[in-house]
Amino acid sequence: MNPALKALREAPFPAKLGMFVVLSNIFAAVFAPAIAPYSETEIIGDIWEGGFWDSEAPKHSPPALLGTDHLGRDLFTRLIYGARNTIGIAVVTTMLAFAIGISLGFLAATLQGWVDQIVSRTVEVLMAIPTLIFALMVLSVLGTEVYVLIIVIGLLDATRVYRISRAVAMDVEVMEYVEVAKLRGEGLWWVMRHEILPNTLAPLVAEFGLRFCFVFLFIASLSFLGLGLQPPTADWGSMVRENAQGITFGIVIPLLPAGAIALLTVGVNLIVDWLLHKASGIRDLE
Amino acid sequence: MSEPLLVIKDLVIEGFQEENWNEIVKVVSLSLNRGEVLGLIGESGAGKSTIGIAAMGYARPGCRIVSGSINFDGVDMVEASEDQLKKIRGVRVAYVAQSAAASFNPAHRIVRQFVETPVVHKVMGLSQAEQKSKDLFKSLDLPNPDNIGRRFPHQVSGGQLQRAMVAMAMSCDPDLIIFDEPTTALDVTTQIEVLAAIKGAIREHDTAAIYITHDLAVVSQIADRIMVLRYGKEIETGETRQIIENPKENYTQDLLSVRKVHQDKGEIDGMGNDILSVKNITASYGNSFRVLEDVNITVTKGTTVAVVGESGSGKSTTARVITGLLPPEMGEILFHGEPLAPSFKDRPQDQLRRIQMIYQMADVALNPRQKVKDIVGRPLELYFDLKGEAKYARVKELLEKIELGEKYKDRFPSELSGGEKQRVCIARALAAEPELIICDEVTSALDQLVAKGILKLLQDLQNELGVSYLFITHDLATVKAISDEIVVMYQGGVIEQGPRDEILTPPHHDYTDLLLSSVPEMDPDWLDGVLEHRKELEARGVVSLRT
Repeated sequence: MNPALKALREAPFPAKLGMFVVLSNIFAAVFAPAIAPYSETEIIGDIWEGGFWDSEAPKHSPPALLGTDHLGRDLFTRLIYGARNTIGIAVVTTMLAFAIGISLGFLAATLQGWVDQIVSRTVEVLMAIPTLIFALMVLSVLGTEVYVLIIVIGLLDATRVYRISRAVAMDVEVMEYVEVAKLRGEGLWWVMRHEILPNTLAPLVAEFGLRFCFVFLFIASLSFLGLGLQPPTADWGSMVRENAQGITFGIVIPLLPAGAIALLTVGVNLIVDWLLHKASGIRDLE
Repeated sequence: MSEPLLVIKDLVIEGFQEENWNEIVKVVSLSLNRGEVLGLIGESGAGKSTIGIAAMGYARPGCRIVSGSINFDGVDMVEASEDQLKKIRGVRVAYVAQSAAASFNPAHRIVRQFVETPVVHKVMGLSQAEQKSKDLFKSLDLPNPDNIGRRFPHQVSGGQLQRAMVAMAMSCDPDLIIFDEPTTALDVTTQIEVLAAIKGAIREHDTAAIYITHDLAVVSQIADRIMVLRYGKEIETGETRQIIENPKENYTQDLLSVRKVHQDKGEIDGMGNDILSVKNITASYGNSFRVLEDVNITVTKGTTVAVVGESGSGKSTTARVITGLLPPEMGEILFHGEPLAPSFKDRPQDQLRRIQMIYQMADVALNPRQKVKDIVGRPLELYFDLKGEAKYARVKELLEKIELGEKYKDRFPSELSGGEKQRVCIARALAAEPELIICDEVTSALDQLVAKGILKLLQDLQNELGVSYLFITHDLATVKAISDEIVVMYQGGVIEQGPRDEILTPPHHDYTDLLLSSVPEMDPDWLDGVLEHRKELEARGVVSLRT
């Protein structure tokens, strides 16, 4: 049997649970228009109507499973579209952060000398500024378009990715097989692509999972502060903020998007834990 | 005669590997009398360390003692409780590991680590233990025994640290000491000092010992009896002299003949033309630490030039300078009469192709994520622009040349044994069709029989392809076996260079003499003889060069 499939089948229960959570989120994100009973912005009733747990709530057809939000939109629909927006943007942002972080990190580790000095010091300057404050500042100047959001968060997170990829590449760079490749006359790109990348993949994949969670939470908190995705686009962070006042009336609705954030974060972390464990296990055997 | 000190009976130990329990020690029995030294010898994987550790009633993580009994002076070590074992371990049975550097805690002074065992076991008080350390350091010939314990582990040399570890093992006057390859990591010249000290100390205290090593010559100096092991089974056991002079089993005979690789030199076109000349090279690490001073080496076509010397003599640095990894401060390197650029980055690809390198640790010289066919195929692609079918045909040819064959092409390095990995490294070097291959200690990490195979392969390839070798090694047996010329290095300089027979026959340069006389021979009386010889050299001021 394929070793990857075998590993998947033998994964411990928490990892399987994590995979289930993540896969169902991805499913919801991809097929959002097909699953959601209403459209993203449609107002179907009064504000903060109760969901299936509330027998006195007005009946809709199709039923509003989780009730309505502060403008009377179906919360279940909003959650599904929110998954699409939040996860989609988080994935693109994380990939951008990794593309930049890994290239620069590997470059610094392979070339060393002044390249390393310049990039590392610049990254340290960026890291010295608290991320949230920096992002708030930049976003309020540049506006809150989605692509600006992606680029700004991507760049900020690339600094973290840079640190780890430089560190792991440094370890691989001193291996004799890298020396052999250099002595053979291989170019920089080939060495990075064929010698360093495959041997740093395990820690980087684990980092990807973690980083994804951070980005995802970061977008949620930016949205909560009003500088993330703009209404009427559904996204979990801003849904928490919009419905936050409901808490004072003892309404559970603001907790639902918050719960979705928590659930996905826990799910991804369960998978990352398993991957990290597997990666370190391989190292033990070697 | 009293009861034997240690009796191991029908011992079976299993190890967990690839999701299965495999027997790594298969029904081994031995007995050891008080004051007797038993040598356990075999290649890696023979189970010799596992048996040694089992004598302390311990199995490494991932191993388990399945059946058999281990009786140490009336105590069954398999059945004994942890508390009972604690009272025995360190006090009555002690263990000396291969790498003292890894076994000492670098953060504490030596004496503090020395006194720990006797004090914890309440054998003696602190001041008494400190006194004991001084006595033992003295009996192990450590310089300045009264104060050396005050040093940190990194402040003494490797040989001294190994002796300090032996002293530590002897702190509670144990009945049995297990030595696990205690001299393997040391230079030949240092090995003798440690060996002599161990021999003296265990004789003096009448301690029994199990001495584990892969080197028959070493064990024959110290053991009363020798047990030969292979694949977890006993091959034969006998008095040292009988094993050395009159072995019964074929395998033992093989082990004894390992040091003799037959040299058959064919005719090679253009033999004798200079390929590489290293002229007056001086090199440093950083700006201050000078490692090479005015080094001159010439390599001619189709010959093997061996560079010998102990660690720190600058052998490997010479290789790094030639390959261009470490640009020299002064001097030049001529390749076919043309000067090579100091740094490999400035050399044209064709020059890089013609000088290849093979490393000591094949493990780290092969990318663990590439298959054999990609490792060997890459130079073909890069230098000769071979692709697809043509490339794989050539890869196959190369794999056959190194006696592995096509079936290895889809394996990852982790699926190869040590010797096979080294062969793949050779194939990768050959793929570039080089004129000079620099071999940096290529056999030192391998078992003797495997190393012999590699050396033979290298010689066959030389006869077939006319390639030259610059063979860096600290092992003089290898040098004797395969070299045409010898370069002796000491403290960053070349002591002498010449044809093999000229260097190996007396009269020697004093340092060469010291080096040559330090190579253990398969003769139980050799150690005493060499110590005499050393005293002579010392009187002439050669040994005192060393600290």
